Amino acid sequence: MSEQVRAAFALLPAYLAGHVALSAAALVLGLLVGLPLALASARIPAVRLPALGFASLVQTIPSLALLALFYPLLLALSAAARAMSGHGFAALGFLPSLLALSLYALLPILRNGVAGLTGLDPAVVEAARAVGMTPRQRLIQVEAPLAAPVVMAGVRTAAVWVIGAATLSTAVGWTSLGDYIFSGLQTENWVLVLFGCGASAALALITDGLLALVETGLARRSRLRLALGGAGLLAGTVLALAPLAAGAGGPKPYVIGAKNFSEQYILADLMSDRLKATGARVVQRSDLGSVIAFRALAANDLDAYVDYSGTLWTNVLHHADTPPRPELLRRLTAELKARYGVTLLGPLGFENAYVLAMKRDRANALHIVSLSDLAPRAPALKLGSDLEFLSRPEWRALVGTYGLSFRAQTRYQPTFMYRALEGGEADVISAFSSDGRIAADHLVALSDPMGAAPSYDAVILLSPHSSADARLRGALLPLVNRVPVQAMRAANLTVDRDADKLTPQQAAQALAKAIGR
Amino acid sequence: MIAWRGVSKSFDGGATQAVDEVTLEAADGGFLAIVGESGSGKSTLVKMLNRLVEPDRGEVLVGGEAVGQGPPHALRRRIGYVFQAIGLFPHLSVAENIGVTPRLLGWPAERIERRVGRLLDLVRLPQAYAQRRPDALSGGQRQRVGIARALAAEPRIVLLDEAFGALDPVTREALASDYRALHDELALTTVMITHDVLEAVLLADRMAVMQTGRVLAQGSARELMGGDAPPYVRELMASPRRQAERVAERLGLGVLNV
Repeated sequence: MSEQVRAAFALLPAYLAGHVALSAAALVLGLLVGLPLALASARIPAVRLPALGFASLVQTIPSLALLALFYPLLLALSAAARAMSGHGFAALGFLPSLLALSLYALLPILRNGVAGLTGLDPAVVEAARAVGMTPRQRLIQVEAPLAAPVVMAGVRTAAVWVIGAATLSTAVGWTSLGDYIFSGLQTENWVLVLFGCGASAALALITDGLLALVETGLARRSRLRLALGGAGLLAGTVLALAPLAAGAGGPKPYVIGAKNFSEQYILADLMSDRLKATGARVVQRSDLGSVIAFRALAANDLDAYVDYSGTLWTNVLHHADTPPRPELLRRLTAELKARYGVTLLGPLGFENAYVLAMKRDRANALHIVSLSDLAPRAPALKLGSDLEFLSRPEWRALVGTYGLSFRAQTRYQPTFMYRALEGGEADVISAFSSDGRIAADHLVALSDPMGAAPSYDAVILLSPHSSADARLRGALLPLVNRVPVQAMRAANLTVDRDADKLTPQQAAQALAKAIGR
Repeated sequence: MIAWRGVSKSFDGGATQAVDEVTLEAADGGFLAIVGESGSGKSTLVKMLNRLVEPDRGEVLVGGEAVGQGPPHALRRRIGYVFQAIGLFPHLSVAENIGVTPRLLGWPAERIERRVGRLLDLVRLPQAYAQRRPDALSGGQRQRVGIARALAAEPRIVLLDEAFGALDPVTREALASDYRALHDELALTTVMITHDVLEAVLLADRMAVMQTGRVLAQGSARELMGGDAPPYVRELMASPRRQAERVAERLGLGVLNV
C-alpha cells in the first residue's frame, strides 16, 4: 500500500507539470478568445446569439470525443502544412488537448462576460457617457471593473472544468494527472485511480481558491487580495512547471507509445528503461487507441511502440486473408516499410492473440473446446468484449467463419470484462492469449480450428524518422525474440492481480531480470 | 447661448415623433425649465445638448456653435449633467466620483483634490465624506455628489433631468434651493426638466411647456398664465395655485390672497 503511494508520488512532478502546463495554456487561450468575444457579444446583438449558441453546442460534445476529434483534424492540417512549407507539427498530445480544453473554457467565460457587461446598471453607463468618457475609457474605467466579479466567477468555473477535463488528455497522448486514472483503471490499481482523482481535485480546489481571492479582490477593490491571488497563481504555475524546464534544453527526448492495457504499459516501461540506461531522455505517451498509436508513429509523433502483427495486418493494412505466421510477418514488414516508412524491428517472441475464453468448468459442462463447439451453443450465451473487439475485422472474420451469434454482447474496459465473466454477466469473453489471468482465473481459451484469426506476434515498430537511429535500435534490438509468452503472462499477472500488485514499472524491471536483459 | 433650431427625433423609424420640429432658446446665465408629462419629449430634447441623443433633423447650438462639430466626449466634458437615477460609479469613492471629469481632462492631481474639497463645501457635504463609497450615503447626499460631479470641471452649462424627482419633499426643497443659489453664484446656464410645475415656477426664470414632442408655449411663469397661452398650458400653470388654495383651506388659514 505505502509502496504504491510512494510509487505514485514519484510520478507526481512529471504528471503535475503536464497537467498544469496544459490547463494554464488552455485557460489563457480561452480568456484570449473568450473576453474579446464576450465584449463583441455584449455590444453587438447579432454576434451574441451565434457566439453563445456555438459555445453551448461545444459543451454538449462529450469531452473525450472532443479531444479525440481534434487529433485527425490536426493530423490532416499537419500533413497539409508539411506539403506546403516542408514543416509539420506534432498532432498528438499537447495541441489537440489545448484546443479542445480551450473550447471547453469558452462557454463559462463568454456567458459570464456577456452577463457581466449587459447586466450593468444603465444609469451608471449613462453617467459614464455623460461625464465625457470615450467608449474605450468607459470600458476600462467603468464597465470592466464593475463586470469583473461576474466575469471572474466564469473564469473560476472554466478553470475547474479545464483542470477536471485535462485528465482526459492522457487518451490523446499528453501526460497529465489522468495517467494515474487511466492506468489505474486498466490495472485495477484503485490506489492509483484515487491518487489521480485526489491530485486533480486538489489542484482544482487550490486554483479555485486563488481565483476566488482575485474575484473578491476585484469586487472589493482590495489590492492585497488581488496581489495574493495573482502571486499564488503565478508561483504555483511556475513551481509546477519546474520539472518541464529542468528537462528542456537537453537533447530531444525519445517518445515511447503504449496502448491502453497492462502489457503495453509494461513493454513501454521495458523499452524506456533500456533507452534511459543509454543516457537518453524518454517520455511516454500512454493509453492510445490502436489506430491512433499507429498513426502517431507514422507521423513521427512517437518513436517506437509495440503492436501486434494480426492487428496491423487487418486494421492498418486492411487485408482480409490470414496467411501463415512467418509469411504474414514477412509481408507485414515489407508493406509497412513501403506504405508508411515504418520499420518493423522484429517480434518480441510471444503472441497476444484475441481469443474467446470461458470459465474452465463451464466449458467442460457444455463440452466446448473450440469455436466450432461454441457456435451452436452461442445463442444461449452472453459475450463480453473489450471496447474495440466488436468493431474489429477479426470479429467479423470469426462471425463469418463460425456463424457465431450470441444472446447478448456487452463492451467492457478489459478489467471489468474479467469481472463480468467471474460474476456471470458474461459467459464468453474476448481475452488476450498473453494475459496472466487466463491461467490464474482458471479460464480456457477456445481453439480456432479453421484459422479464422491471424497470428498476433508482438512486434516492435519504429517511426520513419527513427528507423535508422542507432541508439534506439541498439537499445531495442536485444529484446527481439527474447520475451517468451510465459514471462509476459507472469509480468501481466503481477500488475493485474488483486493482491500484492506491482506497478507496470516494477513489473517491467522484474521482466527485464527474468529475461536477462 | 443654447438653441434648438427645428429639431426632430423619432425612435420608431418615423411612426411617431418624440421631438417634433422644436425651436427653442436659452440665454446665457438663464435658468430654463422644460415642463411636460412623461413621454412629452422633454428628456430627448435636453439630451441633444450633450449628444446623448442625436437629432434626425435640425440643428443644436451650444455657445453659438453646432454641437455636431467635434467628438461627443469633448462636448460632454464642458456640460454638467445631473439626472434622476444619479448614476454614481459604485466602485469609486465620493472624491473619485466628483473628480472624474477633471481627471479625464488631465488636471493635475493636486488641483483635482482642491476642487473636490471646494465642491463638497458648495453642495454642503462634510469633507469626511470624500473617502466614502456611494452606497454609504443617503439618497439626498448621493444627489449632492451628483451635482458636485456635474460642476467639477467648471462647466458653464448644467442640465438637470428630473434631478430632484426621487427625493423626499424636505430634502428636495433644500437641494433645489441650494442649487439655485449655486446657479447664481457660479453664473451658470441651466436647463432643467421637470414634470413638477411648482418646482419650475419656484426655480426657473423661463419655462417651456411640452406636449407630444412639441413646445406649446414658452415664456416667464407670469406670461404663461396669461390669456394668450393655450388652454392646456393655462390649466397646467393654474395647478400650483389651486393646490396652494386647497392646502390653505384644509389647514384653516383662510383664503389665499395671490
